[in-house]
This record gives sequence, C-alpha cells and structure tokens, in this order.
Amino acid sequence: MSAMITLKNVSKWYGDFQVLTDCSTAVEKGEVVVVCGPSGSGKSTLIKTVNALEPFQKGEIIVDGMSVGDPKTDLPKLRARIGMVFQNFELFPHLSITENLTIAQERVLGRSKDEARQKGLHYLDRVGLKAHAAKFPGQLSGGQQQRVAIARALSMDPIAMLFDEPTSALDPEMVNEVLDVMVELAHEGMTMMCVTHEMGFARKVANRVIFMDKGAIVEDCAKEEFFGDIKARSERAQHFLSKILQH
Amino acid sequence: MMGFDFSQIGPALPGLMDGMVLTLKLLLLAVSGGVALGTVLALMRLSSNRLLSGGAKFYVNYFRSIPLLLVITWFYFVVPLIFKWISGEFVAVGAFTSCLVAFMMFEAAYYAEIVRAGVQSISKGQLNAAYALGMTYGQAMRLIILPQAFRKMMPLLLQQSIILFQDTSLVYAVGLMDFLNTARSKGDIVGQPNEFLILAGVVYFVISFGASTVVKRLQKRLAV
Ligand SMILES: Nc1ncnc2c1ncn2[C@@H]1O[C@H](COP(=O)(O)OP(=O)(O)OP(=O)(O)O)[C@@H](O)[C@H]1O
Ligand SMILES: [Mg+2]
Repeated sequence: MSAMITLKNVSKWYGDFQVLTDCSTAVEKGEVVVVCGPSGSGKSTLIKTVNALEPFQKGEIIVDGMSVGDPKTDLPKLRARIGMVFQNFELFPHLSITENLTIAQERVLGRSKDEARQKGLHYLDRVGLKAHAAKFPGQLSGGQQQRVAIARALSMDPIAMLFDEPTSALDPEMVNEVLDVMVELAHEGMTMMCVTHEMGFARKVANRVIFMDKGAIVEDCAKEEFFGDIKARSERAQHFLSKILQH
Repeated sequence: MMGFDFSQIGPALPGLMDGMVLTLKLLLLAVSGGVALGTVLALMRLSSNRLLSGGAKFYVNYFRSIPLLLVITWFYFVVPLIFKWISGEFVAVGAFTSCLVAFMMFEAAYYAEIVRAGVQSISKGQLNAAYALGMTYGQAMRLIILPQAFRKMMPLLLQQSIILFQDTSLVYAVGLMDFLNTARSKGDIVGQPNEFLILAGVVYFVISFGASTVVKRLQKRLAV
C-alpha cells in the first residue's frame, strides 16, 4: 500500500539559495508526523510544497496518488482535499465565523448552503465554539481563532491535515486549548503533518518525528527512537533538543 | 453698480436639474466602469506574467501622463471609429457615450493604482489560506482579497471619485449639456451669466466639500 503523502528527493531554490535539499519522507494514512528544527531550516517551506503553496524544482511529491509537481494536476482540487492550518490563523476577517466555515464548502465543493452550514457548525461545536458562530474573527481570542481555523479545514472533509506552527503565535495560556483539539484529531486517526516545537504534543501523539536543518531532513525516525536515546541523535538535533526541552 | 439679479434662476431650475442628472449619471457610470477596468489593470499589474504587467504598467503611465481634456476630445472622434471597426457599420455614437468611455479609461488608470495598493496591503497569508481551501485564483481574489482591499481603499476610491465629479465639467469641450454647461448657457441666454456661474460654483462646492467631509469621517472610523 502506498503512503498518503510521499516526498521523493524534493529540492527547492530561491534564486541561488537552496531552501530544500533532497527531502524524502512518507506519511502513511492515519500517521502523525511532527516536523521540527531551528528557525529558517525550511520547515514551513517543506510543508507548503505538499499542497503546492510553494513550488519546488526537483523531486516528486505524491498525495493520495496525485503528483503535486505535475503541471497537469488540478491544484485547487488537490488542495481542497488537504486541510491546512497556519501560524497566524488566517481566518477571513471580513466574513463571520459561519461564513468562514462555509464559503469554501459552497464555492469549492459545491455544497448547498444548508449542508455547508450544518457541517461547519458541527465542527465548530467540536472545537467548543458553537456559541460564537455569528461573531467575526476579530472578536475572538487567538486560541479561539485557531480552533475556528481547524474547524474550517475539517469542514472540507480533508484526507490529511497540515499544520504550520499552529500554536507559536499564541499566548501561553491558549496553547493547550489548540493542542487538545489536535490531540483529539490524532486519536481519531487523522493523517497529520505538523510543524511544531511542542514536544509534549509530539510525545503524546506523534508516530514519527522529522528533524530538519539547513533545508535537509537530518532525522526521520519513530517517536520512541527520537526521544529515547538522545545521545544517539545527530549533534544538531541534540543541540536543538537541549534548547527547546529546557523549558 | 454691481447688483446681482438672481431672478431668472427659479424658472431655469428644471433645466439645471436635467444638467445635474446628466452629470451624476455620467459620474456613476464612469466610476463603476473605471473601478472595474482599474481592478482588472491592477490585477494585471500584479501578475507574474511580464506581458500582462508590462501592458498594464504602460496603460497606467500613459493615461496618467496626458491631460483629461485631450482624452475627451480625442475619444469624441475616435470612439465612433472604433465602434464602426467593431460592428462593421457606422453607428452614431453620441457625445455622452464617447465621454463616458473617455472618463472610464482615463480614471481606470488612477483607480488601478489605488486598487493595486489595496491588494498589496492584504497579507500573502490570506491568499495562501484561500488557496489551501481549494479556491482558484479568481475565487480567492473575488471572495477574499478584493473585498478586503476595497474596504481598506474605500476612502481613496471615493476621494478620487469626487475629483472626477468636478472633472466631468470638461465635457463642455464636446458640447455635452452637463450641469455647468447648462448653467452657463442658461445664464448667457437670460443675460445673467455671473449669477448662474456663482450658483454653479456654490453647488459644486457644497456637493464636493460635503462628500469630502463624509469621506474623511469614514476614513477616521476605518482607521480605528
Ligand atoms: N520568498 C523567499 N525568498 C527567499 N528566501 C526565502 C523566501 N521564503 C523563505 N526564504 C528562506 O528560506 C529559508 C526557509 O524558510 P522557512 O520559512 O521554510 O523556515 P522555517 O523552518 O519555517 O523557519 P521558522 O521556524 O522561522 O518558521 C529561510 O532561510 C528563509 O529566509
Ligand atoms: Mg516557519
């Protein structure tokens, strides 16, 4: 059986600057993979190549049998099947929470107003925010906005979810409310690729941990192995872990 | 002996109203068309396609570098020829239509720059979020980016439209009876040209200044 997401020797350049170097990995259906690494190591870039928000010049990415780099691939259709959650939430500020949840369901998936609304409110309820359906994003706290963003992505019935540092723009007291939603999602069997430095989250639900440095995947191993014998990790990973595990 | 005599203004009011209706009709149509064309130009300008962005850049720079009066008189002769070229036969194009086309195309250059700044002020993350939900470029622009950009740019778009309101008076050059032209010709006929021009001045001032004040308030409200 082939994996849900497969990356084969993906490389990307910005002009002369190589951001990604020969990145290969695979995410199986139902697997939770955490991507970590120092700032500027290319984590965001890597995760954005998966749904073609960032083009890449070399290698191959296959998502559920579709080749992302193939010019013939219908990218909007591909993206509609992959949920993505951003560091800065990126709710649409001119639309109400309900409209945020329904607009793509209606316009992209062609669902009826009623169906979209029902689905959106179902997921809004799941993230514990049903009472806020009529509000606008600006009226919610960061943690609440991020939960809405997760509900928005889930409303599209994605086959996999991508997270790019979903909690790093949040005040510390709001981190857990978002992580709780993600943990629950992981337990339900959602295929997830998460860029995050929340090692507690990784310990709890990750199947595998990927460590990136300078655009390359330096470590890609099972969670138990990654957190097991720290001394067996690469020097860069040890250095990184010692820094973020301090607090 | 500099006494003013406004006695003839009363009887002339219906005619002046007709003039004002023409001015406002021209303004509204020109603003709608100008903003629509300006938006297309702005998106072309922002496109990564060199041909599109170069074409839009040339258009904007060209129309911003020539006088409006020139465009109006020039289009008065050219628009009928273009219509003929498109439809194959001669169609009588009135001064109104040729003026409308001239204003739309001229103002589009100014609106394009406003819309471009508006679109650029919306973060890339919003576009990414729209794409990530499966939207096409057209959907992302129409549903997510442009509504936010227009909200931000509304004061500037309105300010530009107030300038256009004043500039519509240039249609006298091709004999269109807008408000100012009507006031002038009526004043001449009844022998009270100064009084009619004073009235026109007051009307233009009240409308422009009033609208401008409203826009400034709107701007302040949007700023907080
Ligand atoms: N548009 C761009 N043009 C040129 N260089 C870029 C561009 N976007 C990102 N980079 C560079 O690519 C590298 C990887 O960036 P990326 O955002 O993927 O890192 P990251 O691992 O997500 O970092 P962070 O933890 O800070 O989010 C960085 O050195 C960054 O400066
Ligand atoms: Mg990043």
